[in-house]
Amino acid sequence: MQGKWRAIGARVVHVLVLFVFTVLLAFPFYWMLIATFKQNLDMYKTDNNPFLFNLPPTMENLHLLFYETRYVHWLANTALVGVIVVAITLLLAVPAAYALARLTGNWGERLGIAIFLTYLVPPTLLFIPLSRVVADLGLQDTIWSLVVVYPSFTIPFSVWLLMAFFKSIPKELEDAAMVDGLSRFGAFVKMVIPISTSGILTVVIFTFTLVTQDFVYALTFISPEANQMVGVGIPIFLVRGDVYYWSSLMAACLIASLPIALLYNTFLDRFIAGFTVGAVK
Amino acid sequence: MAVKHAKIKSAGAAQSPLLGAAMFGPAILYIVLLIGAPFALAVFYAFSDARIGSTELHYVGLENFRSILHSPTFRQAVQNSIVFTVSAIVIVVIASTILSLALEVPFRGRGMIRFLILLPWVAPVSLGTIGWKWILDSIYSVITWVLVYFHFFSPYNTPMWLGEPHLAMASVVCVHCWRLIPFATVVMLAGSSAIPKEIPEAAGIDGAGYFRTLFWIKIPMMLPIINVAVLFSTIFTFTDMTVVYILTDGGPFDSTQTLPNLAFATGIQGSDLAAGAAISLFLVPVLVAVAYFMLRVAHRAEVV
Amino acid sequence: MAVVETRNLTKIFKQGEAGAVNDVNLATREGEFLVFLGPSGSGKTTLLRMIAGLETPTAGEILIGGKVVNELSPRERRIAMVFQSYALYPHLSVYNNICFPLKAQKVPRDQHRQKVEWAAGLLGIGRLLNRKPRELSGGERQRVALARAIVREPAVFLLDEPLSNLDAKLRASAREELEQFHKSVGTTTIYVTHDQVEAMAMGDRVVVLHQGVVRQIGTPKDVYENPADTFVATFLGSPPMNLIEYSDIIVGFRPEGFLPADLVPGGKQVSFRYRVKYVEYLGAERVLYGNIEGSHFESKEIIARLSWNMPTGYDAGSVHDFAVAESDLHFFDRKSEKRTNPRPFPWQ
Repeated sequence: MQGKWRAIGARVVHVLVLFVFTVLLAFPFYWMLIATFKQNLDMYKTDNNPFLFNLPPTMENLHLLFYETRYVHWLANTALVGVIVVAITLLLAVPAAYALARLTGNWGERLGIAIFLTYLVPPTLLFIPLSRVVADLGLQDTIWSLVVVYPSFTIPFSVWLLMAFFKSIPKELEDAAMVDGLSRFGAFVKMVIPISTSGILTVVIFTFTLVTQDFVYALTFISPEANQMVGVGIPIFLVRGDVYYWSSLMAACLIASLPIALLYNTFLDRFIAGFTVGAVK
Repeated sequence: MAVKHAKIKSAGAAQSPLLGAAMFGPAILYIVLLIGAPFALAVFYAFSDARIGSTELHYVGLENFRSILHSPTFRQAVQNSIVFTVSAIVIVVIASTILSLALEVPFRGRGMIRFLILLPWVAPVSLGTIGWKWILDSIYSVITWVLVYFHFFSPYNTPMWLGEPHLAMASVVCVHCWRLIPFATVVMLAGSSAIPKEIPEAAGIDGAGYFRTLFWIKIPMMLPIINVAVLFSTIFTFTDMTVVYILTDGGPFDSTQTLPNLAFATGIQGSDLAAGAAISLFLVPVLVAVAYFMLRVAHRAEVV
Repeated sequence: MAVVETRNLTKIFKQGEAGAVNDVNLATREGEFLVFLGPSGSGKTTLLRMIAGLETPTAGEILIGGKVVNELSPRERRIAMVFQSYALYPHLSVYNNICFPLKAQKVPRDQHRQKVEWAAGLLGIGRLLNRKPRELSGGERQRVALARAIVREPAVFLLDEPLSNLDAKLRASAREELEQFHKSVGTTTIYVTHDQVEAMAMGDRVVVLHQGVVRQIGTPKDVYENPADTFVATFLGSPPMNLIEYSDIIVGFRPEGFLPADLVPGGKQVSFRYRVKYVEYLGAERVLYGNIEGSHFESKEIIARLSWNMPTGYDAGSVHDFAVAESDLHFFDRKSEKRTNPRPFPWQ
């Protein structure tokens, strides 16, 4: 009998924990959603219940965002930078990860760890010298500054992630291909890459999300509004003077966050595998 | 690149150092050029008088360090960086352990909940923080509204979440925790799901109840993973400037100033590259410590 | 010391699908070594786990020491279990692994060392107490698992295929040690395996399971010499019993009973013309594969087993007079596959 009550109690605690955490973690997004469609008169009245629509919802905030700011421009910039950086990252990280996983024996392991450690060097340390480098290269104020700099943090983690991935592919496959006449590199291109699509896809998504997360570099290297990325454009430019167009601001945040959230969520387990490789056997 | 590699035949050899070097060469080069070189440059700047817009560069020895160490703002920033990070880690580890236990057992709707819980982490830092800036607004804060509704405060004496020093510090720590708990939870889940299910079963048969199994068996087995979560969370909090910049920009009265934010303010906004570089170098000891512990975790795992 | 009993025990994992365990009734005897034998998927592990309390039955009752324990958690049942993977706590030393149950059940501190050393001594691992599981060999880990199980002096031991992770050579000596262990401790033990040699060697009685149903319970001699149905008949004994079907009856005879006619002991016997197809030479015995000429089951492969000291000359391609004693024949009903009374059988 005692078992029954204990089971019910455990259930209640379980549901409570989940409820509290979900609310605490997700409510800002619910909030953003509501704010997006709230009329200004509704937003800025302290008596009104903020969780409901006291006045009917409106599209004017979205209208403001899309037509009267450079929001769409920033989204385009971010997408463009994202795609190019993903390409560069793949081009450099995939062969590197393979080489380190297969070809260089003991050194491969050490170099792999060394590369991973560079991921720990933060942008907030490098942004000052890099600002000078970017200026000297004449890339100041353009998105190309970011295209050049971003791979510096997307490559290390991608290499680490892919190394683990390649190691899990049995060597016999490549050996069989080489016995059949392919060179080592040929085996890599024709055998390994086609079966690594999920690992590569993970790297693509992860790189893209890293690009969207950056704040320091974009803030430091780019001043003109037109060339800015969405992560910096929104906080810096959607504040007109002292007035925050909060509703549009919330809309902007929500719209930029959701696709990334969906992408990230699909590939989450892989990312975590990347972080925890070595610690979890 | 493809042409160069195709010329190298391996003839069945497992080690092909030449091909290997050619394949990871470009990546290594990139890293050296864009991380190694700037890092050296940062050190160099710290000992110089570099400024934005000026091409002059002179060696000034420890002058920059001397002046920032004398600055009360700097000392406050160091203290804040440490306090914020430690507070956040403690809260995050406890919260994520509890949450990961709740998410361990499959249940209906778990996927949806996982998606919702992950939002703070996957949304770009700046955008989530802006959301909080509005939630913590002095006048229109949602939290304030709820507290007034339940009569904890009168409508005319509402807390200035970002305007009053202690509240501002708490707010910054909260936002960091809000972002990191999802990340740490998922890492913990990976750790706990790696425990073979027979081990908690054996513990149950041996007579251990839920909490004994948790504290004496599961958590010790998860320590490497907990380590990883702690180390990454440390990095993400200690070296982050975005949250502080957007929420308070170091204010009020430097009470939320942190090292990265100060480095930015000094180096870029204040145009004093040299001082900014010097400030940012103070991140290095913590990074080195974290790197050391990461290596230890990785090494231990190899031995097991 | 307790008796484990199950009544109508059933476990269905998925609604609408066949149960993993179906209406099992059995009872151990005090101090016996009872083996659950069956191929994978037969439900033997599920049955064991239900007795342990790790799975909840869909229907039926489990009794330990005369008390119904369905509602009790594993730790309340006074059982000990050794898992296939041993499930040693990797972060604890051998000493602490063995000591863990004592701590969990709040045994007074001052008794810990003495009990651990007693258990370790019983299994000969006293010198390993300070090591960690990862430093031990497979056989040593198994002994630690047993020590951890015995230290609580449980009423029942449950062992889930503990020898299957050891390599073949080690298995034989480990088996012998387990048998000695059981003799010296005498606790009622339930042992799960798919290896019929283990079952026959170690079990006081064997429970033969197939698709969640008990086919037969009996001593090794019972299940081998008087199998209750065709499954038991073919599962025990290697090479398996020869089975021949005709209309509504199945006749079986074991390879070791199918011998050259002049070697079959006197008495009523059935004779055949046996054409040998090929021979396996195995040292202590020879296994012949062939067909019976001129019968209505000529296409069926019949196996014979000659021991090393029987005459040679039964090579591939040759034809000989073979025979089976009538007392060595087993009869089964074709529809139910269960054993039935001897009937006249048309051999031609």
